[in-house]
Amino acid sequence: MKALVAMSGGVDSSVAAALMLESGYDVVGVTLKQWEGENGQMPLAGCCTVADSEDARRVAAQLDIPYYVLDYVDEFTTKVVDHFGEMYVTGKTPNPCIECNRRVRFNVLLDRTEALGCDVLVTGHHARVVRGDSRYHLMRAVDPTKDQSYVLHMLDQEALARIRLPVGEMQKSDVRTYASRLGLRTALKPDSQDLCFVGEGSYRDFIRARFPDAARPGPIVATDGAHLADHDGLVDFTIGQRRGLGIALGERRYVVDLQPDTATVVLGRKEDLLAAGCEVDSVTFVSGSAPVDMAVEVKIRYRADPVPAVLQGDSANGWAVRFGQPQRAVAPGQAAVFYRGDEVLGGGTISRAFKSQETDYDR
Amino acid sequence: MFYLDHAATTEVRPETRTAMAPFLDDSFGNPSGVHEVSRRAKNALEEARERAAELLGAAHPLDIVFTGGGTEADNLAVVGSALADGKRGGVVTTAVEHEAVLSSAVFLDSLGCPVDVVGVDGQGRLDIAELVSRVGPGTAVVSVMTANNETGTLFPVREVAEAVRAAAETVPVHTDAVQAFVTEEVTFAALGVDMISLAAHKFGGPKGVGLLLAPRHIHLEPVIHGGGQELGRRSGTHNVAAIVGMVAAMEATVTDRIATRKRIDDIRNDFEATIGAALDDVEINGDLDHRLVQHSHLRIPGVSAETLLIRLDQAGVAAAAGSACHSGAIEVSHVLAAMGRSETAAAECVRFSFGWSSRPTDGHEAAQRVVAVARDLR
Repeated sequence: MKALVAMSGGVDSSVAAALMLESGYDVVGVTLKQWEGENGQMPLAGCCTVADSEDARRVAAQLDIPYYVLDYVDEFTTKVVDHFGEMYVTGKTPNPCIECNRRVRFNVLLDRTEALGCDVLVTGHHARVVRGDSRYHLMRAVDPTKDQSYVLHMLDQEALARIRLPVGEMQKSDVRTYASRLGLRTALKPDSQDLCFVGEGSYRDFIRARFPDAARPGPIVATDGAHLADHDGLVDFTIGQRRGLGIALGERRYVVDLQPDTATVVLGRKEDLLAAGCEVDSVTFVSGSAPVDMAVEVKIRYRADPVPAVLQGDSANGWAVRFGQPQRAVAPGQAAVFYRGDEVLGGGTISRAFKSQETDYDR
Repeated sequence: MFYLDHAATTEVRPETRTAMAPFLDDSFGNPSGVHEVSRRAKNALEEARERAAELLGAAHPLDIVFTGGGTEADNLAVVGSALADGKRGGVVTTAVEHEAVLSSAVFLDSLGCPVDVVGVDGQGRLDIAELVSRVGPGTAVVSVMTANNETGTLFPVREVAEAVRAAAETVPVHTDAVQAFVTEEVTFAALGVDMISLAAHKFGGPKGVGLLLAPRHIHLEPVIHGGGQELGRRSGTHNVAAIVGMVAAMEATVTDRIATRKRIDDIRNDFEATIGAALDDVEINGDLDHRLVQHSHLRIPGVSAETLLIRLDQAGVAAAAGSACHSGAIEVSHVLAAMGRSETAAAECVRFSFGWSSRPTDGHEAAQRVVAVARDLR
């Protein structure tokens, strides 16, 4: 059996490659060139850099496996970066890592695994693929502090059959120990934090430069419509944001709504942030269908804890989740991922939060 | 393993290794010194220069400038001519030149030098009249490659040089003959040009050494500044072992060239015949009537070059596509773009190239592996 390991130049994917070798696979390492500077080279800052691909190449050499760089710049630009910008233009808060997984990594790359002569695609994600009696299960990582199952919720049975996530079975500290034991140069490399395509400077500057529509000025208003101030672009605001609003008010105010048609930012009190539930687009289920009892725990941000919720709707009419308790700062554009215990059931993209107990589905 | 990437670089010839050995051992001197150790190195250097001049038909050994490779030789010819005598002279060149020439032209453009880049047709052919029409009083150098490094297309360099000379007698014509030297006659007499660039590693010499043949009456602003070696045209301590090795490889190449050419021609023809018989719709890129015998630049429609190269690597066939950028990803070739190939078509093109060490059965046997992989991918 032959494994195609997507190597980012970080410790997790380095160890993933080593683990596949150890378990008897022939291994081929690849780095996706996803972004480039104006000179056509890989960027020097960010996470998808020349230095990272050189780290991946050196690790591949240490492991004595073939290594290639695959050009996905066009696909990444149109499917991830442009989408990222469009989301900000429409007042949403996107998660580009999820779109990359959905549209590039576990899509075009997964589909190409066989053409590249390999049987399975391996990444360094912290999550687990468990083969059950009748189907594959997508589970949280063994290390709860590093769990990345949230960004993998779109994987379906066909995908999971061809994916291996070996480092999801390990504590992060054990991943580093393993890398050190093999003498891999990435053993002590810090985890990447930044968006891989932004590079130096903030993502907001990046968006301003590339997607001017996300930086069109507009009014800042109170929930009663009173005009408070003006702003320089929706890109500077996220639902739930308190700091950096640029105006002083007598009490704490939060961004409670972004209205893209008029580029309006609405400020309100903490309680105005509470949502009873949300509508969710692009919903997929790992098993292929929703749980019969529709009871899930939903995670509405990468760093949020899952909370009990009930699914409503169906694939024909769209999906919503109703939280057991109202949730704060439900931001359209983020993923709502459905769990049951450690198992990922599925998820989608939040399109709208609703405040009351009524939803479109109650009509 | 089938090594079909001789155009990228080729094996060092045994003659090269033998010639180099003493200079990696006790003849280690710096040729610029006064003592016996230096003298030994200096004598070898000048003997190599004389021999190279003879092989290239140069009027004088000192017309040869040893450089750190083909890229540097091209830079010296193009940048050096344009900036000579404190001027901002113009450059006329073609859209399919090696990056060493094209990027030099971009650099000169940024300095305010007039740059004219002439296109090619779908087979990579040049319109000489069009090129000559761009040559004017401000032109400092015309640079036209002998053979294209990707497709192997040969330019009628001699005719180009004659036409340029008829239009503007004093404008020097430079040719990058890096890719051609191994199988084509490369001399002043054969090419009719004023300057010739060579890179040793393309014909069995070591990497990191090359030469520019440029008669001393051609003024060149140096691109490497320092101790004034090579009549001030290229400073830096001579890499004696590499220079001696390069000239030994030149000598061996010229000696076997006719036989090598015939052998490679047969191998390449076997290769293309085997592929053409087994796979439908394969296109051969370049000017099929004027092409280096060692190049086979193919488009296999429906097969991604990137995927094909990776699969061929795993199947023991080394080939290339486009030009590799620093990260190793394949970039769309400027040569294919100049020939009017769409991005999709260009992404399906692969270069197979043979060389002095190719075995007679390489063409047929490697082609069978290419066919097997391409069939699997189609």
